[in-house]
Amino acid sequence: MPPMRDGEPLVDWAWIAAHLDDIALRSLQHLWIAFIAVAVGLAISLGLGILVLHRRSLFGPITAVTGVLYTIPSLALFAALIPVTGLSLLTAEIALVSYTLLILVRNIVAGLESVSPEVLEAAEGMGYPRRSLLWRVQLPLAVPLIVAGLRLASVSTIGLVTVAGLLGDAFGGLGVLITEGLQTFFATKVYVGALASIGLALLADVAFVRLQRRLTPWARAQALDATGRAAVVEAA
Amino acid sequence: MSQPTSRPGATVEFDHVTKRYAGPGGPAAVSDLSLAVPAGCICVLVGPSGCGKTTSLKMVNGLIEPTSGRILIDGRDVMTGDPTELRRGIGYVIQQVGLFPHQTVAENIITVPRLLGWSDATCQDRCDELLQLVGLDPAGYRARYPSQLSGGERQRVGVARALAADPPLLLMDEPFGAVDPIVRERLQNELLRLQRRIAKTILFVTHDIDEAIKMGDRVAVMQITPQGGVLAQYGPPEELLRAPASDFVARFVGADRGLKRLSLLHVGELPLRPAVTARPGDSAAEARARIAADPFPYLLLVDEADRPIGWLDEDDLAGAGVIDEASAVAMSPLLDRRATVRDALSQMLDADVQTGILVDDEGRVEGLLTFEAIAALLQPAARPEVLAPGAADA
Repeated sequence: MPPMRDGEPLVDWAWIAAHLDDIALRSLQHLWIAFIAVAVGLAISLGLGILVLHRRSLFGPITAVTGVLYTIPSLALFAALIPVTGLSLLTAEIALVSYTLLILVRNIVAGLESVSPEVLEAAEGMGYPRRSLLWRVQLPLAVPLIVAGLRLASVSTIGLVTVAGLLGDAFGGLGVLITEGLQTFFATKVYVGALASIGLALLADVAFVRLQRRLTPWARAQALDATGRAAVVEAA
Repeated sequence: MSQPTSRPGATVEFDHVTKRYAGPGGPAAVSDLSLAVPAGCICVLVGPSGCGKTTSLKMVNGLIEPTSGRILIDGRDVMTGDPTELRRGIGYVIQQVGLFPHQTVAENIITVPRLLGWSDATCQDRCDELLQLVGLDPAGYRARYPSQLSGGERQRVGVARALAADPPLLLMDEPFGAVDPIVRERLQNELLRLQRRIAKTILFVTHDIDEAIKMGDRVAVMQITPQGGVLAQYGPPEELLRAPASDFVARFVGADRGLKRLSLLHVGELPLRPAVTARPGDSAAEARARIAADPFPYLLLVDEADRPIGWLDEDDLAGAGVIDEASAVAMSPLLDRRATVRDALSQMLDADVQTGILVDDEGRVEGLLTFEAIAALLQPAARPEVLAPGAADA
């Protein structure tokens, strides 16, 4: 329970009603910061994943480094970065991106390696050029595992953005509400910030599940086959 | 709709091909393989695992590079030129099919045409044409994903995909190895029927000698030796069964090779005994005289259209008067000249008779096939040209 001023109601509904636009703005900012982090993390991880595909021996070192990054507490990482990049969005993003890498790289590599050797052999035997093999066969088939990684990464990133609120009210999203609420002993702000952040994480998760369905109709066909006609109706 | 096949088969020639994975001194996966596959033939590479048959196949489309020697397709060395171009001109079917799980049947089939830059409309027409060719209804299958197909259907789509750009050569690596025996047999028959229409050159790898004998116009038996995988014998299946070149080949084709030969031969290729026939209403005395003149003491009663009704023996023909349909008995099995001798024999054994009646498509009697004629085939001295017309052009 957050610290409260004496005599204050548990939730100040009037304050919420009066600050809906502020809450919405903070939520959008929150999402935007998380989106940048996950998008940049995905780009870097795809690069690393493709690198591993060509040189398997790099997988160990890459997971070791991203694993170490993952274990650094976020506050410590901010503290270490502030002398270099200041109290900036860049500081927040560097930290957030580093936390996505471990999850994303592992899932991308697992996804790329889940493509059966027969499929690759058939593709090569039919004269698929190497590059289109990656983009047209391997990556599409890796989508389910990549999206699974994105779900995890986005949920944890949305949670972490609140911590970035400590860097200043321009970069914290809903974290700013929480920080301010704590500093001013105003519990409602803390609740709103925390609950909205949780809500965003859930929304992101649902959005990714939908995205995956759209991207992998073939995987759905498989699921339908396994569970029979009832599931077909449900999905339709 | 255009004829599915415009390009005829290509010739394939292995010219002293060797493949070593280890150093120059080590054993070869394939050692000094030389064989020529005529255009439009199904050539089966068969042998125990590790004999180098799959390696040989993959050297044809450049998935494996030979250590020495050349492979020529229509006289052109496969190692000269761009390997992806080469592969797009060769159909490739593997055991697990390797369909792209994320693409529909249609997208899978037009893989190579797409790589070759065919237009959407051409691709679509070609896809439907191929689905029909392999016996799948285009409307019902086009939009399905591989996970929604049975093993046999997947394999058919795999064959359609291999044929998509009308390649003169197909490579099939144990294509029916992963389906159950009943489906396998059906797919084998379908491929043989398809091949009669498309007349491609097909290199077919299997470890199953029965499949090799059934599918091959030519069979290359490969063997593992201390030097590596070598060609033990190459020839028409009938020749392998009749005259195995070595103990290894004899053992590999099996102790029942005499029986296997029966399944290579068709009833129409055997010498037939002419049937002595009569129609209901003919004079009994005259018929009796005719069978007396024939060493085979039975009269075959036929109707006006020469379709068999039944047998009459001499006792049924006793006395004067005309032949009565009611006295005809014990029909022999009716055989098609396209049936294998093995099937004919089995039908005759089932019916517990010594003679089968060969009839044409309208059911008219063409002649009689006797046990003696089949037994004569199994004599070691039987002459090859009698056994398999067309097999002697090796």
